[in-house]
Amino acid sequence: MSREYAILAEGLQKSYGQTHALRGVDLAAETGTVLGVLGPNGAGKTTAVRILTTLLKPDAGHATVAGLDVVRQADELRARIGLAGQYAAVDELLTGRENLEMFGRLYHLSTRDARTRANELLERFELADAANRIAKTYSGGMRRRLDLAGSLIVSPPVLFLDEPTTGLDPRGRTGMWEIISGLVADGATVLLTTQYLEEADLLANQIAVVDHGQIIARGTSDELKAQVGGERLEVTIARGGDFDAAVRTLSAHASGDLHVDAGQRRIVVPVTNGARLLPDVVREMDAAGLTLDDLALRRPTLDDVFLTLTGHEAEEKPDDAAAPADRRGARATERASA
Amino acid sequence: MTTATLPAKTTFQPQQRARLVWALTDAWVIAKRRLIQTPRIPDEIVFATIQPIMFVLLFRFVFGSSIHIPGVNYVDYLLPGIFVQTVIFGSVTTGIGLAQDLEKGLIDRFRSLPMAKSAVLTGRTIADLVRNAFVVFVMFAVGLLVGYRPTTNVLYLIGGIALLLLISFAFSWVSATIGLAVHSVEAAQSAGFIWLFPLTFASSAFVLIATLPDWLRAFAQRQPVTLMVDGVRGLLLGHPNSGDVWSAVAWCVGILLVFIPLSVWMYGRRVGR
Repeated sequence: MSREYAILAEGLQKSYGQTHALRGVDLAAETGTVLGVLGPNGAGKTTAVRILTTLLKPDAGHATVAGLDVVRQADELRARIGLAGQYAAVDELLTGRENLEMFGRLYHLSTRDARTRANELLERFELADAANRIAKTYSGGMRRRLDLAGSLIVSPPVLFLDEPTTGLDPRGRTGMWEIISGLVADGATVLLTTQYLEEADLLANQIAVVDHGQIIARGTSDELKAQVGGERLEVTIARGGDFDAAVRTLSAHASGDLHVDAGQRRIVVPVTNGARLLPDVVREMDAAGLTLDDLALRRPTLDDVFLTLTGHEAEEKPDDAAAPADRRGARATERASA
Repeated sequence: MTTATLPAKTTFQPQQRARLVWALTDAWVIAKRRLIQTPRIPDEIVFATIQPIMFVLLFRFVFGSSIHIPGVNYVDYLLPGIFVQTVIFGSVTTGIGLAQDLEKGLIDRFRSLPMAKSAVLTGRTIADLVRNAFVVFVMFAVGLLVGYRPTTNVLYLIGGIALLLLISFAFSWVSATIGLAVHSVEAAQSAGFIWLFPLTFASSAFVLIATLPDWLRAFAQRQPVTLMVDGVRGLLLGHPNSGDVWSAVAWCVGILLVFIPLSVWMYGRRVGR
C-alpha cells in the first residue's frame, strides 16, 4: 500500500425517520494530513463525525479509523481517537485541572499520570493560570482550548474536531488555528468540520464539500477553486491616465475576455500564472505613464466554489435536518459570549 | 500503519485491568465528579438541605398539631414519611443531571472515551445516594431538635436507614431512565417530578390511609410508596411488620432489575443534541 489512510469511510448512510442525514458518503484522510469537511449546518457533517467516533452506528457503509473498524472494533478505537469541538464538552462546574484529570482517569491513566498530563496540557494551552478556576468562568476561547486539551490526553493518532471555532471571536479563532496547525505538525491526522470556508482553505490538505448528506466535491483547496475558474487581475487606473492604452496593454496578458468598466476605470483581466505576470504588468504600466489606484491578483474564494457547486450560498437552511444542530450553534454562541 | 503521536514529556499508557475493575474505577471517577460539583451548585444546596429542613418544620408545626394518629406521637409517625418522600424527590436530580450532561454534550464525550459504558450511570446514582444519605442525616438531626424520638433499637434503626437508601437508589435509576428518554432539562424536571406527587401524597407518608376516601384508599393501600413508608416507619418506630419491610425491599429490587438494564441500554444508544 503506497498510501496510508488514517480515516477511510465508504458509502456511509444514516437516516432519522424521513430525514436522510447521510446518503452514501466516502471520506479518506491520509495519515498525518488534515481532511476538511465543509458544509452548512445540517449538511451531515456532525453525523459523519459521530459515526467515525463510534457514537452512532451507520445504517449502511463501513469505516475504519486508525485501521480499526468503527463498529466492530469500537472499544479499541476509543482509546486511539480524540473528539473535540463545538459539542464535545467540558464540565462547567469542575476546574480546568479537575476536568483534565477526570478525562485522564477515564482514558485509564493512573492517578499520577493523569495529574502530570493535566499539568502538561494546561501549560501547553496557556490555561495554567486558570487551572484552579471552574470552567464556567472561562471565556469561549479558553473553554475550547480546555475541550481540545481533553481530547489530547493520550496523544491520539487521529483527532476529530467538530466545528472547533464556531462561535469564537476572531482572536479565539486565530488562536485555535495555530493550535491545530501545531497538532498537525506533530504528526496527528485531523478530520475537521467547518462552516468557514476560510478555515478549510487555511488548514486542510484535502477538502470534502458536503451538502444534503452527500459529498458534492472533493480535492485540494486549489483544485476546488480551479473548478470555478482561474485567477484574475483587477486593475484600477487613476484619473487622467490613458484608460484605453491601459486596456490595450493588459489585453496582451489576458487568458480570456477582459471585463472593462470605464466609469469606475476598472479592468478585470483573466490570467494564468498571475504572480509571475505581476512585475511585467507593473513595469509596462509605469512605462506607459499610467498611475494605478489599485492592483490586485484575486483567486476565487471557497465561497465562490460553494455557490458554483450548489447554486446556493453556504448558509443555514432552517427547514433541513439541522434543527438540533441549530440549537447547538446557538448554545456555542452563548458559551462564547459568556 | 504508522501511528503518529503527539509529543509528551513522557508517554502516557493506559493501564491494563479487568473489565469489572474498570467498571468500578470509572464509576468512582464519575461519582467523584458529581460530589465535587454538588457544593458548587447553589440550587443543589437549597434542594438538598434547606428544603428537607422546611418540610420537617412545616409538617411538624403546621400540620402536626391538627393531625392525630392514635397510639403514636404524630412527629414520630410523620418523620419516617418525610424521610421517604425526601429521598424519592431527591432522586429526581439524577435524571436532571443526566439531561444536562446530554444537552451540554458531555455524554457524547464520555461515550467517545474508552471507559466502561455503565460508569456514567452507576457513578451518578452512587453519588446521588451519598447525597441523599447526607440529606437523611440532616433531617434526622433537625427532627431530633424538634422533638422526634425514634423509639427503636439500633438494629432496626440501621435497617430503617438502609431501606431508605435502597429506596433512594432505586428511584435514582428510574429517574436516570427518564433523564435519558426526554429531550431537555426542563422535561427531565417536570417528567421526573409529576408522577411522584400522587405516589408520595396519596400514600401513608403523612396521613392514616384509613382516613382517605374509598377510591383513593384502594390505590394508596397497594402502591409501592405506601409499602416503602410502612416498612421504614415500622423499623424506626421499633415494631416492624416483616411483610411491609420485605415488600418494600422486593419493590426496590424489582425496580433496579428493570431500570438498571433499561437505562444502560438507553445510554448506549443515546446521542446528545
